[in-house]
Amino acid sequence: MTKMTLQTEGDRYLVVRRRFAASPELVYRAHTEPAIVQKWLLGPPGWSMPVCVNEAKPGGKIRYEWTDGKGGGFYLTGEFVELVPFSRIVHVERMHLPDPTPDNHVETTFAKEGAGTLMTMRMTLPDAATRAAMLSSGMEHGMEASYVRLEEMI
Amino acid sequence: MLNLDAAFAALADPTRRAILARLALGETTINELAEPFKMTQPAISHHIKVLEGAGLIVRRVEGTRRPCRLAPAGIAEIDQWLGMLRKALAANYEQLDEVLAAMQPKRRKGRR
Repeated sequence: MTKMTLQTEGDRYLVVRRRFAASPELVYRAHTEPAIVQKWLLGPPGWSMPVCVNEAKPGGKIRYEWTDGKGGGFYLTGEFVELVPFSRIVHVERMHLPDPTPDNHVETTFAKEGAGTLMTMRMTLPDAATRAAMLSSGMEHGMEASYVRLEEMI
Repeated sequence: MLNLDAAFAALADPTRRAILARLALGETTINELAEPFKMTQPAISHHIKVLEGAGLIVRRVEGTRRPCRLAPAGIAEIDQWLGMLRKALAANYEQLDEVLAAMQPKRRKGRR
């Protein structure tokens, strides 16, 4: 079974699909409860998220701050647009490096699939270029490699 | 430091992406670029100026010629940022698998 896929749609959309061996309720909670988000949204090994603001309600603020523990770091801000408990989250986000990246409009859905969940994350980039840049960086191949690694571990 | 906004804005245009792809093959002049793109020299000049302003290409003076080439530092910075995003995403989901496993209702463990 392939765990994660990345596909383009139109010229501004990027769709990530990932399966999880847990109910939609658990996967949704893992995206909306700060104490849980802090446990997994960590980035590369050695990084942590000391600040996690996640106000899961329409208009609620998102602010994630990451650090490598060696003085390096960056942060992300965003706003929730719409939430349907356990099935759908719509939000806008941008990274600050420290200059803000273009706004990424994200719709995430959680669908029951057997005993698990199929998560679909549809990112709408501001233009074709931002997406082209993401893809040309080999994002797709990198992801593929990482889930092949994951398959080997299971 | 490279301005990522300017870099992404520069990449927004298909012609500019094509110019970068051409420059990846090696240094060239505006005249030489105008030819395959079937564009006027001023039009190509404009695109070159945008790419230069975004830190993606550099130009040097050689007599009356001003050949352009890719600015490796600018390209590398974008690659680094995107590579970081990609790796972070994949690593995060592997971490989430473990978190979810730990969140499963306890009674499951005792199931025979």
